[in-house]
Amino acid sequence: MPSTAEIVARCQTLFEDLDFKEARAWKAAAPGRKVVGFMPVYVPLELIHAAGCLPLGLFGGGDRMEVIHGDAYYQSYICRIPRSTIELGVTGRLDFVDGMIFPFVCDVIRNLSGMWKLMFPNVWSKFFDTPQNFDPEIGGRYYVEELRELRDGLAALTEREVTDEAIRASIVLYNENRRLVREVYAFRARFPWKAPNSEVYLLMRGGLMMDVAEHNAMLADYLAAAEAEDRPKRDNVRIAVYGSFCEQPPLNLIKSIEMAGCYVVEDDYSLVNRFITADIPVEGDPLEALSLAYLRSSVETSCKYVPREEDKGRYHIEQVKKARAEGVVYATPSFCDPALLDRPMICRRLGEAGIPHISFKYAENSGQMQPIREQAGTFADSIKLWS
Amino acid sequence: MTEVVKEPSMLLQKEMIARNYDAITSKHESGRKVASTFVPGNLNELLLCFGIVNNLPEINAIQNGMRRLSGSYIMEAEKSGHSEDVCTYVKADIGMMGKGNIAPNGKPFPEPDVLLLSYTGCYTFMKWFELLREQYKCPTLMLHVPYEGDGHATHNMRDYIVRQLREVVIPGLEAASGVKFDIDRLREVLRNSAKAEDDLVWVLEQGKRTPSPIDAYFGGVYYIGPIFTAFRGTPEAVTYYEMLRQEIQARIDAGRGPVTPDGTSFDDQKYRLVVEGPPNWTSFREFWKMFYDEGAVVVASSYTKVGGMYDLGFRHDPDHPLESLADYCLGCYTNRNLPTRVDILAKYVEEFQADGLLINSIKSCNSFSAGQLMIMKEVERRTGKPGAFIETDLVDPRYFSAANVKNRLESYFQMIEQKRRGASKAA
Amino acid sequence: MRCFIGIDLGSTTTKAVVMDENQQVLGRGITNSRSNYDTAAKVSKQEALIDTRLTLFRRSLAAVPEVAGRVDHILSDLERNFRHVQFLEQLDDLERTCGENVRGPRFAGREKAVLEVLAEVFRRLREHSSSLFAAGARRKSDFFRDLAGSDFMHIGETVCRDAGLPFDLVLNVYDKSIIEVENRPPAGDMEGKFIRALEKGAMETSLIAKPVRDALAVPLEETYVVGTGYGRVRLPFPKEHIRSEILCHGLGAHMMYPGTRTVLDIGGQDTKGIQVDPAGIVENFQMNDRCAAGCGRYLGYIADEMNMGLHELGPLAMASTKQVRINSTCTVFAGAELRDRLALGEKREDILAGLHRAIILRAMSILSRAGGVKDQFTFTGGVAKNEAAVRELRKLIKENYGDVQINIDPDSIYTGALGGATFAVRAVVN
Repeated sequence: MPSTAEIVARCQTLFEDLDFKEARAWKAAAPGRKVVGFMPVYVPLELIHAAGCLPLGLFGGGDRMEVIHGDAYYQSYICRIPRSTIELGVTGRLDFVDGMIFPFVCDVIRNLSGMWKLMFPNVWSKFFDTPQNFDPEIGGRYYVEELRELRDGLAALTEREVTDEAIRASIVLYNENRRLVREVYAFRARFPWKAPNSEVYLLMRGGLMMDVAEHNAMLADYLAAAEAEDRPKRDNVRIAVYGSFCEQPPLNLIKSIEMAGCYVVEDDYSLVNRFITADIPVEGDPLEALSLAYLRSSVETSCKYVPREEDKGRYHIEQVKKARAEGVVYATPSFCDPALLDRPMICRRLGEAGIPHISFKYAENSGQMQPIREQAGTFADSIKLWS
Repeated sequence: MTEVVKEPSMLLQKEMIARNYDAITSKHESGRKVASTFVPGNLNELLLCFGIVNNLPEINAIQNGMRRLSGSYIMEAEKSGHSEDVCTYVKADIGMMGKGNIAPNGKPFPEPDVLLLSYTGCYTFMKWFELLREQYKCPTLMLHVPYEGDGHATHNMRDYIVRQLREVVIPGLEAASGVKFDIDRLREVLRNSAKAEDDLVWVLEQGKRTPSPIDAYFGGVYYIGPIFTAFRGTPEAVTYYEMLRQEIQARIDAGRGPVTPDGTSFDDQKYRLVVEGPPNWTSFREFWKMFYDEGAVVVASSYTKVGGMYDLGFRHDPDHPLESLADYCLGCYTNRNLPTRVDILAKYVEEFQADGLLINSIKSCNSFSAGQLMIMKEVERRTGKPGAFIETDLVDPRYFSAANVKNRLESYFQMIEQKRRGASKAA
Repeated sequence: MRCFIGIDLGSTTTKAVVMDENQQVLGRGITNSRSNYDTAAKVSKQEALIDTRLTLFRRSLAAVPEVAGRVDHILSDLERNFRHVQFLEQLDDLERTCGENVRGPRFAGREKAVLEVLAEVFRRLREHSSSLFAAGARRKSDFFRDLAGSDFMHIGETVCRDAGLPFDLVLNVYDKSIIEVENRPPAGDMEGKFIRALEKGAMETSLIAKPVRDALAVPLEETYVVGTGYGRVRLPFPKEHIRSEILCHGLGAHMMYPGTRTVLDIGGQDTKGIQVDPAGIVENFQMNDRCAAGCGRYLGYIADEMNMGLHELGPLAMASTKQVRINSTCTVFAGAELRDRLALGEKREDILAGLHRAIILRAMSILSRAGGVKDQFTFTGGVAKNEAAVRELRKLIKENYGDVQINIDPDSIYTGALGGATFAVRAVVN
């Protein structure tokens, strides 16, 4: 059985490889294979998988890439993820990607979908607009049709039908993936010293670049290995990180928060594999099932409308309680409209619930960690002092 | 500051706006209900059916920007925890509430009875009304208008909107107003809309003439005023556009250009531009002056399409009332994908015989701004005409650098001039 | 003779170029822009006219067979002496101004002591100036402010100590006065000063006096002046005498290298990517957006942050063996990132190498925005003098655009003014 170090090392290799060698190898392994890239926050990966494609999570270029051409397309007041994504495209690093899905996050990613059409006319690219009306008869009917359109688009890309049977089989695998992901999160909430923030992060990011079945096995291995390994427990406070659902913080920042004395026991990093919070039924029409899961059992996040005012921030508070977090770090990318516009509302609700919180901004290529360490460290100290 | 010189249509519009503000602020006396909603995807016809007064926070922000109040409002909102990175319309609105919520007529804004969250072409709208809802705790009606990601509307999108209108918006407005929905009343109002829309399109088309009798950007914001706000579907709007049309016809007959705020007729037009993006409001006149001082007239713009793209043929249709409202929302400029925006702008450059595309990139507005540099490149490539890029903000005076903007504009105009001379020499 | 002058009012320095009607450059002049563009324009123009005189002397001396092979030496001697005369004149002005500024409550009762100290300081400054302008002496700067300033500091401190007077008091007078002196339009009578310089020199006066006087007798008529640069709108120039710096840089680069198709200019406040056609006409351009990240000023901040001189950054960065990746070209964040890296134990030269790369990456984006790089490519502006920046640029141009001829003129800082002067000729001659 592999050790946690081995598993994490493999994930880190995947995470750091901006040439996507593994995904390329997956594609080359059998004729006719297609790779479909997707961006944050949520895409029903089941459909991509059911179409026989590899869903490839594209979360920007991180802090490992110099951006030249990407910057040529964006003003200084726009976040970094679209720049580095364009850079990945322009420099040929995504030349093996056959399709791109841009889910609804914000206007920047929305517009990027059109830029992709102009820049890469040979790539099948799709803007995927999930409903903001959560009534099955209204938003649900619309969404089932959108899912059908997405499915048909994938079928056209692969030139084969995507059967309900195949979708159901994929749902089974992704149900298992979500169950294991939840288990890792629950394990970390119980033993945060045994599952450090950066390890869990890499485990999840790596998983979005490989076949789901492989990731399922890996998650199980990680759980077993992490449980078995003895690691020193530190006198850290327990916190949740929110606001980081799209452009990702650099790994150094993720590590810095922990080094500053904070165990992260809950987060919204690369949310896609936790977006749906319950098993999706395998019976009946699979598109209906995917739709209902989205409408009824999905997380609250800034790009989803909250129909009832009293429910705003409720999800965050419940999660904080469930994970027994003592405070929230609201960490958002600079210029991130969804997170920054949401911040005052979410923070107000956290305050009303008596949950201490701080907030700061980052970019995926932030280089200065000292201020972050100082803020997180001070926050940890203040929690210790007052608890 | 000297008084801006106004034409009769402008005076009429001013009166209409003042009346609407009075209707808003006197709701407690009149017993009328007030809704807040947005310019793109504005469902004014529906509100009229319920006798609800339409209050548009974007317009309030513009008013406050032009009256130089927005700067302090924005700072007020930032003090209360709003990021410096986000939309200044939102912050001007929130800050205004923090500073007494006073309408341009000097009276306090009453609380809205309903927030009509017509979620069309701009992500921020959703958060904006979540923020207002938190404040007012009033019913909020979400109308989700899907984005035309593939460059066209689908039946599914249209059905989804119509269903929301039927099941969410109309019942919600009935509940808010106590008025029963009457589809025939809606048809009647839509007929007025279409009439005014015809005249607006005629007006905007006149930019194709040389000299142009209109300025389709700075002047354009006045031309679109009534139709984009609380008056579409009203007889006053029909009258306004008839009057505007006559004014412009008179200028055409006299061979004159548009009237500048100085009251002069702008006839000596050296450069013809297509402009993409909203204007800056805090230095609106200064900004405009930078154009006409250099002899630049705007012959077409995308901003005059944010509240509907009537020039592409859409009209509100009394025979398909709800469907046409859905189509209207879907077709607003910022709900169209980037390739479509490139097509539209390139077509404007060609059909209006412009010297090029100028982009006024607005810091607040990612819906417009994200991707504009690519739009510029594409339009340049297709038309062979050079583009230019300037940056300002909607209502944040801190983000308007006059020297910077002027420098770029002059460089651009001089380049056009030099290229022309080069070309004529070669010829 | 008819002179055509281009003046480029940059945010940091103001440059002037004088041309004759055949588009031959006669002289160049540069000064710091101060906060007063009007004076800066006058000073730079005068400097360019001084340089023009030197060119005329050279032409004139070429006809004197006896001095063949020694013209360079004679001219540098003449210029050195001229500068000395000019320096002394400005020093007089500074002393007078200082004297006038010794007033107000903080000097109460000490006026006399301060005036005495000032008199002594200026006496020594004058005395020391001979060595400053001695043959072979190296001056750190050609700007009066820098020359007078550094001497004033150490001489002033010594004199004050000896007199038992706080140096602060005198420094305050100096600070106030230097700004006044600097912002005063330059004194005239350039010809007179050259005569004095001629007399002062150890040169074979008999041999060169006549040719120099003949050259001085040629009237320099300011036929047409074109202003450009960021400060151009503040000038009392009629509109038709103003050209945008984009047009001037494009044309200036074309004048220096007629094969130029793409120009990159990195100035203090902005970075420009310009495409020009074979006649030097601008086809397209892009400038940095509102954010001035990655402009020359950024290096200034870094130099301050590292407590180094601006011109020392490039050479130190060249000594780097392992480039550190700097992610922020934001002037605000760069300092923080720099301190972070230093705290992590990274070497200064490696960090600096990274910073230079960051600037050039930003410039590459602007070039990409402006339509890429075409052969030939001309790099201008203050940053073009920085070898570390140039090294990164060469690398990145090659990686992204292949083999492109890269032109860098040591006088590239005058590109805008050169374009302006060319426009001035065209306005009259064509």
